[in-house]
Amino acid sequence: MSTFNLDVYMPVVILIALALLVAGGSMLLGSFIRPHHPSKLKETAYECGEEPIGTAWANFNVRFYVIALIFIIFDVESALMFPVAAVFKKFNQIGLGGTLLLSVLTFVLVLVAGIIYCWKKGDLDWVKSFNTPQANYGKKDK
Amino acid sequence: MNSTVVTYLSQSKELTNIISWLTETLGFDATSLVAFIVFLIVSLIIVGAMATIGGLGTYAERKISADLQMRVGPNRVGPYGLLQFLADGVKMILKEDIIPSSADKFTFILAPILCMVGVFATLAVLPFSSGFMLADLNVGIFYLVGMASLVGVGVFLGGYASNSKWSMLGGMRGASQIISYEIPSTITIISIVILAGGLSMGALIGGQGGLPHEWYILHNPFAFIGFFIFFIASLAETNRAPFDLPEAESELVSGYHTEYSGMRFGLFALAEYIEVFVVCGVATALFLGGYKVPFDLGSGALIVEKLGLDVMLAKNIGQLLELGSFFTKTLALYYVVIWVRWTLPRLRVDQLMTLCWKYLTPIALFNLLGCAVWMYAFDGKSIYSLIFETAATLSSGH
Repeated sequence: MSTFNLDVYMPVVILIALALLVAGGSMLLGSFIRPHHPSKLKETAYECGEEPIGTAWANFNVRFYVIALIFIIFDVESALMFPVAAVFKKFNQIGLGGTLLLSVLTFVLVLVAGIIYCWKKGDLDWVKSFNTPQANYGKKDK
Repeated sequence: MNSTVVTYLSQSKELTNIISWLTETLGFDATSLVAFIVFLIVSLIIVGAMATIGGLGTYAERKISADLQMRVGPNRVGPYGLLQFLADGVKMILKEDIIPSSADKFTFILAPILCMVGVFATLAVLPFSSGFMLADLNVGIFYLVGMASLVGVGVFLGGYASNSKWSMLGGMRGASQIISYEIPSTITIISIVILAGGLSMGALIGGQGGLPHEWYILHNPFAFIGFFIFFIASLAETNRAPFDLPEAESELVSGYHTEYSGMRFGLFALAEYIEVFVVCGVATALFLGGYKVPFDLGSGALIVEKLGLDVMLAKNIGQLLELGSFFTKTLALYYVVIWVRWTLPRLRVDQLMTLCWKYLTPIALFNLLGCAVWMYAFDGKSIYSLIFETAATLSSGH
């Protein structure tokens, strides 16, 4: 007999509501008692006392983009691995552990291949070394 | 199977009486209504307790750091300065709320709330004891991983929305750090799931026992290494030193919350301190036996047998023991987190990424394979029982 009861998820909704309540409530409570004297100087972004030059929404470093890409691959792979992991013990008890071990092995090998590829490409290095004459200027020839 | 606070309470007569009385008076099945009310009350208790723990966390942080640096620390407000966090909270509520005119106002307001929601939602599956648990979801740990990553979104949005260069840098660093370290921690969680054979917190803790040799940390060598990987990755995910690059005071002013003042900053801080508690609780549940008490005292059967107490009373005593067990381990880890913060210097960004992608992730993958092979080869037996059995067969052979 398996009945799926949505009651189980009730606390999740309650807690999210409480989080909103705590955040909203403390801001609301504060709005009655805190001072409010806005001035132009006060509302400028902080840049060590100088007037901010330009906006902060400029192009950001491409390294972050590479990391995000690698992350997505790994995250999807690990999300796909959860179901296999969850049934591993049961399958092992009925003698199908070898099959699952093989599938886990395949998954992990794909991941390992991916990480080796990224490593070789130098994408895991924060300061990526390009093999160009400019980058190698002054270095010993290898 | 589902061991939530409602199923625990429904063992007692009073709750069933209340349900049947309400059903008669209201004219419909009141089970869900009573469950809702119980959940609401317990959620309020847990949120209150967690807010206090978060507040006391800031106090403990300052007091322990003072201790480590041979200072006195806060000692003015209340006995031993214990009420310092209340004074801080009042101060934050009283502070003016400043939103930079150049900021993206909607996301600026949304960011701390997202952090709060992400952290509070994880509290639902945190196993305080076998009975005192809000929701024993069958996807427990998966849900927790998912919800905890909302904090990363909050951190990045906070940095982005401020439209300040410090905040932007902190937010970018925070986002890349949190998502990077999610990989080793998730893979380590998967290897523990393989050992436990289930995703729910009940299943994860159910496979462990009260004594250290029954914990998953001592189950096999891979899980032992896994604990440290999980702990390091958790430190990085919660932006704790030595991984506090997103809010590095000495280089980024205060990182992603530079532009936040007053209570909005307070929400970030509260979310961070509660999240530290949550990850410590998860580490306890996954590796250190969770709420389990030695000799199965938690079920109360032994208390009934030895002391002849009422069954329900014995069960309640067992629950208290389990709560004590959980909080002892979790707070011990919490102390280690603070201790680490004031001991180790901060990492550089490239060192951070090297540590994650070149050390932790490959080791975590190796551990995952190791756990799977161990399960397959030794039928899920722990290293202790293997040694014990080998010794038994050897001694019987002679």
